[in-house]
Amino acid sequence: MRVLVGVKRVIDYAVKVRVKADKTGVVKDNVKHSMNPFDEIALEEAVRLKEKKIAKEVVAVSCGPTASQETLRTALAMGADKAIHVEVDAATAEKMEPIHVAKILAKLIEKEKFDLVILGKQAIDDDANQTGQMLAGFLDWPQAMFASKIEPDGSTHLKVTREIDGGLDTIKVKLPAVISADLRLNEPRYATLPNIMKAKKKPLEKKTPADFGVEIKPQTETVEVSDPPVRQAGIMVDDVQSLVSKLREKGAIP
Amino acid sequence: MNSLRSQVLGLYKTLHFLGRDYPKGAEWFHSRLKKAFERNKGETDPQKIKELIGRGEFVVKEIEALYSLRKYRAMKKRYYDQ
Repeated sequence: MRVLVGVKRVIDYAVKVRVKADKTGVVKDNVKHSMNPFDEIALEEAVRLKEKKIAKEVVAVSCGPTASQETLRTALAMGADKAIHVEVDAATAEKMEPIHVAKILAKLIEKEKFDLVILGKQAIDDDANQTGQMLAGFLDWPQAMFASKIEPDGSTHLKVTREIDGGLDTIKVKLPAVISADLRLNEPRYATLPNIMKAKKKPLEKKTPADFGVEIKPQTETVEVSDPPVRQAGIMVDDVQSLVSKLREKGAIP
Repeated sequence: MNSLRSQVLGLYKTLHFLGRDYPKGAEWFHSRLKKAFERNKGETDPQKIKELIGRGEFVVKEIEALYSLRKYRAMKKRYYDQ
């Protein structure tokens, strides 16, 4: 079984994101970037399938600017066998949408035979949560989104436990399939220094969207990006009576 | 003797690499890391050195666990209600 894993380079989760002064986006220069945490989980699952000898090869793919190669190196250090970088320039990367990524991945999968695709359920930068679903649509493959457990069910099917509102949903999907990883699927390993060094020897293939016949034409326009509203400071009250009268003033109690 | 030396160097490099992501800042971590290693630089007893390496490896495991837990908690807080 060959597994394809999509990874995205995003602003690191620990960074305090700042909005640009002209409200067109967020500040990305000189800001620490890393692999999207949900993609780490997806990759970890693929590597575990390989360690259990269920998967034969794990390929990581990323669509993005030149710097996305760092993310792919991390993916290789975590255990992927091969990486594919679909390079776009920085300006185009800003306008790239899930539909473009899904189209590129669909074409890539048509060219090279894959039996399973695992993606993070969403990226922590745009929070779109669309790529996996659209990819399954383009390929006409079954999908198992928000997976929290993946088990083989015979050689042609997978049993996937999904996290849904108020509980769990267990489904059986026929391979080939698209899976998206939820937070509780596994605990990703850390890319250690020696493994990052070794990863430099692993193959990294470079492609462009044109190689897949995909044109990146934005479908949406970003009107404005702004900070979330700031929480207003609270006040201290002297006693219960003033608390009650203040609450009454605000209409919180009758 | 030489293999112990390379093990110590490897441990230092690993810790230095991990320190780059330390929540309190890389500088904070790196200065303490250096001090911790300098404290034992005169150690010559192979048995003792092995013990110290063991302790360093334990710290590596702890830091990796700290990072993954920190990330997990941040994600849970951001995307999940409870």
